[in-house]
Amino acid sequence: MPVTVNPAIQGRVYPPTEPYLVGREKVREFAAAVGSIDPASSSAEAARDAGFSDVVAPPTFAVVIQERTLAQLLADEDAGIDFSRVVHGDQRFSFSRAIVAGDEITATMTVTSVKSLGAHSMVTASSAMTDAAGEHVVTAISTLVVRGDE
Amino acid sequence: MSPRLSDLAVGAIVAERTIPLSRDSLVRYAGASGDFNPIHYRDDVAASVGLPGVLAHGMLTMGAAIQPVVDWAGGAHRIRDYQTRFTRPVVVDPADGAEITVIAKVGLLDAEAGTARIDLTVRAGTDTVLGKTQVLVALD
Repeated sequence: MPVTVNPAIQGRVYPPTEPYLVGREKVREFAAAVGSIDPASSSAEAARDAGFSDVVAPPTFAVVIQERTLAQLLADEDAGIDFSRVVHGDQRFSFSRAIVAGDEITATMTVTSVKSLGAHSMVTASSAMTDAAGEHVVTAISTLVVRGDE
Repeated sequence: MSPRLSDLAVGAIVAERTIPLSRDSLVRYAGASGDFNPIHYRDDVAASVGLPGVLAHGMLTMGAAIQPVVDWAGGAHRIRDYQTRFTRPVVVDPADGAEITVIAKVGLLDAEAGTARIDLTVRAGTDTVLGKTQVLVALD
């Protein structure tokens, strides 16, 4: 079994995901799960009073959509990433604006870096998310540590 | 109400919160996020891969840790950038759960960009569980 990640995936761009329709109840459910007490994330009325068309997603909600791109990476046999050996190393979100219920978000992932660190590999993937108008909303960047043989 | 950038000073603590996490929290987050990795709810699976116990999702810790800053800043739309490094796992005891403490401090002010960098210290007990945790907040 190969334990090293294929370095040739560096620079690879995966096909855009199917549009993800951000639902009001999904945002509320996620907000409750991360302990949000921001009324704009739980009440459509409070969100409208604050100038938004519907509830505003907590910042890390973007991971729900990013997950669909990371699934593409893990399913890519050519990448050689064994999911059972993957540890989440670090995470970043860079926003142009907050995600709001009603958004249709498409994510496109690029593998920006593959590095070896001893027996381990570190894969950094950047998933750019755009709305139905094609405008940038947020980019989610993950570094995954793939443990090699000890 | 959002704080004003000109009222802030580097080093000032802007938010502190203690966040209890229980197994219920993990199940709730699994459902909300779609991350159903069993190491976050099954002791036997966690033990079989050599973990000291069931772990909180790193993204749950990251997601909960920013909420005090969201509240201080006046909403999620104020957040421009948020980054962290997962340095230590948070073990969640089946009976006693775990407790995360968050201290948010002003790290850097940029009047020209209209942003404050808020640096978070995130601990479970005495262990720092997130490293280099920085939030860029847009303020007037």
